[in-house]
Amino acid sequence: MAEFTTHQGKAVILDQANIDTDQIIPKQFLTSVSRKGYGKHLFHDWRYTNDAGTELNPTFALNQAENQGASILITRENFGCGSSREHAPWALTDYGFRAIIAPSFADIFYGNCMNNQLLPLTLDNEVIDAIIASGTTELTIDLPAQTLSYGENTVEFEIDSVGKEKLVKGLDAIGQTLLLADKISEYESSMPSWKR
Amino acid sequence: MAKTLYDKIWNAHIIHQQGDDTLLYIDRHMIHEVTSPQAFAGLEEAGRKVRCPERTYATMDHSISTRSLAIDACGPTNQLQLQTLAKNCEKHNITLFPVGHHKQGIVHIIAPELGLIQPGMTVVCGDSHTATHGAFGALAFGIGTSQVEHVFATQTLPQNKAKNMRVTVDGELAPGTTSKDIILAIIGKIGHAGATGCVIEYAGSAIRQLDMEARMTICNMSIEAGAKAGLVAPDDITFDYIKGREYAPTGDDWTQAVTEWKTLSTDADAVFDIEVELAAEDIKPQVTWGTNPGQVIAFDQPIPEPESFSDPVEQESAKLALQYMGLTAGQKLSDLAVSHVFIGSCTNGRIEDLRAAALIAKQGKVADSVTAIVVPGSQQVKAQAEAEGLHTVFEAAGFEWRLPGCSMCLGMNDDLLQDGDRCASTSNRNFEGRQGRGARTHLVSPAMAAASALTGSFVDLNLFREN
Ligand code: SF4
Repeated sequence: MAEFTTHQGKAVILDQANIDTDQIIPKQFLTSVSRKGYGKHLFHDWRYTNDAGTELNPTFALNQAENQGASILITRENFGCGSSREHAPWALTDYGFRAIIAPSFADIFYGNCMNNQLLPLTLDNEVIDAIIASGTTELTIDLPAQTLSYGENTVEFEIDSVGKEKLVKGLDAIGQTLLLADKISEYESSMPSWKR
Repeated sequence: MAKTLYDKIWNAHIIHQQGDDTLLYIDRHMIHEVTSPQAFAGLEEAGRKVRCPERTYATMDHSISTRSLAIDACGPTNQLQLQTLAKNCEKHNITLFPVGHHKQGIVHIIAPELGLIQPGMTVVCGDSHTATHGAFGALAFGIGTSQVEHVFATQTLPQNKAKNMRVTVDGELAPGTTSKDIILAIIGKIGHAGATGCVIEYAGSAIRQLDMEARMTICNMSIEAGAKAGLVAPDDITFDYIKGREYAPTGDDWTQAVTEWKTLSTDADAVFDIEVELAAEDIKPQVTWGTNPGQVIAFDQPIPEPESFSDPVEQESAKLALQYMGLTAGQKLSDLAVSHVFIGSCTNGRIEDLRAAALIAKQGKVADSVTAIVVPGSQQVKAQAEAEGLHTVFEAAGFEWRLPGCSMCLGMNDDLLQDGDRCASTSNRNFEGRQGRGARTHLVSPAMAAASALTGSFVDLNLFREN
């Protein structure tokens, strides 16, 4: 997978807490057997005024002219709560997002982002307020340095070291685990018969 | 050092540790049609195999019709998804219970009913309600599709350890109050992100008295509190439930298993990161009023004022929720007009749920203004209900009696609500659009759902108490 080191891009703001995976990608788009093509359905019920997805809702942030080409989403608490559907990060990346900035993320969604080279970047609400108040939408993320810059300002962020390394190197998680195949076999052969 | 139940199961499954990242062995992997196709495709692209097909079981539940057994009943894309699962299972030697099979049903209903879930196991599935299986004292959690692929290839998962949280419910439940009301009250108390980053152990005398189906309802909705998983320590109620089921250990294996299962409880002096307590007596039948499961009140409380929440984020969410739900603060739940009732799902689609609903259904007729459906969680639940004559009770009262599946819980099939419909639902999520664009969901227990069908609103269940 592509490495994630630094990213410079335009941010769009969805200033709402608790955005769930049913909003990110509604269930009617989960019937595909592919990982691709979900971007056009991202935030479907908010983005379009009709079920067919042909009428844009002009008041929705993603539809506004100045937000076109955004690759960073700024949002609020508990983003990605609800179902485990990985279609949510697939829709976000397919649309063009590389990073999501929020004060907190739902657990399963966070893990799913990590597995799709989509950076879930956790920042306190006050920092997010400051970014929004600055009016700057051009952001630079430096993952190895764990910094985010906007205008003249630079803030630091936390991320767990193993997850960071995976994103930075674009490691194949399964390939990494398979290096431990002997330990897995050893574990299996030590089980009592009723567990096998 | 004293350990919690979660600590014990975790420790028993560690293959390798690197920093915060722990590689855990996975004992049981359940799959369904929606979140597996891309995992199989990824596996094949990388030239990998399913390491332990014998630990993996599949069923069809989300994308199917509950009106017809025809695999194309919900259109060609759903059909392709179902056929892809069948093809993948055959190719990789995975046991599949397809539509029409007598063991088919909602994944979280069939796994326990077949004895596939046992205490101390690690259980995963590409579905967030995998938390259900924590009722057996198994560490069970939902995963994404990349992780499904990871388990296929390695039978392990890299995980970070969650925090320990204990929710203790002591006392006796009032008549009419069910396990669904307990879990809704818990979520109402801690908030729907209140357990983010935690594994919840449910404890206390009220929990210990519950049978396995009721414990499953509670653990099922752990994810609605934001938790990674929910757990109930196994006891004789657990062992009695498992004994004799198709995939349960037998003979000497059974004896050995029970000996080990009896060690699975939290040490008396173990310390939890977070403790929450509720008194069972205080819990009344619950109804959600908003668009997340934490927005819940007792049936006799007024719809809250957004200003009554101290947290500004909650205030804002409440305003948006009232708007979406078409409600005004101060309104009584009994003034709302319900247009649909859905009884089913992995939360409340088991036999005791249907029995509870039938007890009420037999006391009247579905109101003219209401469409009500009952969807058994599995073929086995359906067969049992029919053996008890419950289906005739429902049908005589004007409920539709369906085939097993997820149905209206998420409307990925032919059960979709329309804009403005108001549904009393025994499922687990009241998110915007979950049951259809613009549709309004109120989460309730099976008894309350049945009462809503008869009265067209939310009422005091004492009206239906039989003498
Ligand atoms: S019944 Fe609902 S929550 Fe349960 S597995 Fe099906 S769709 Fe998911």
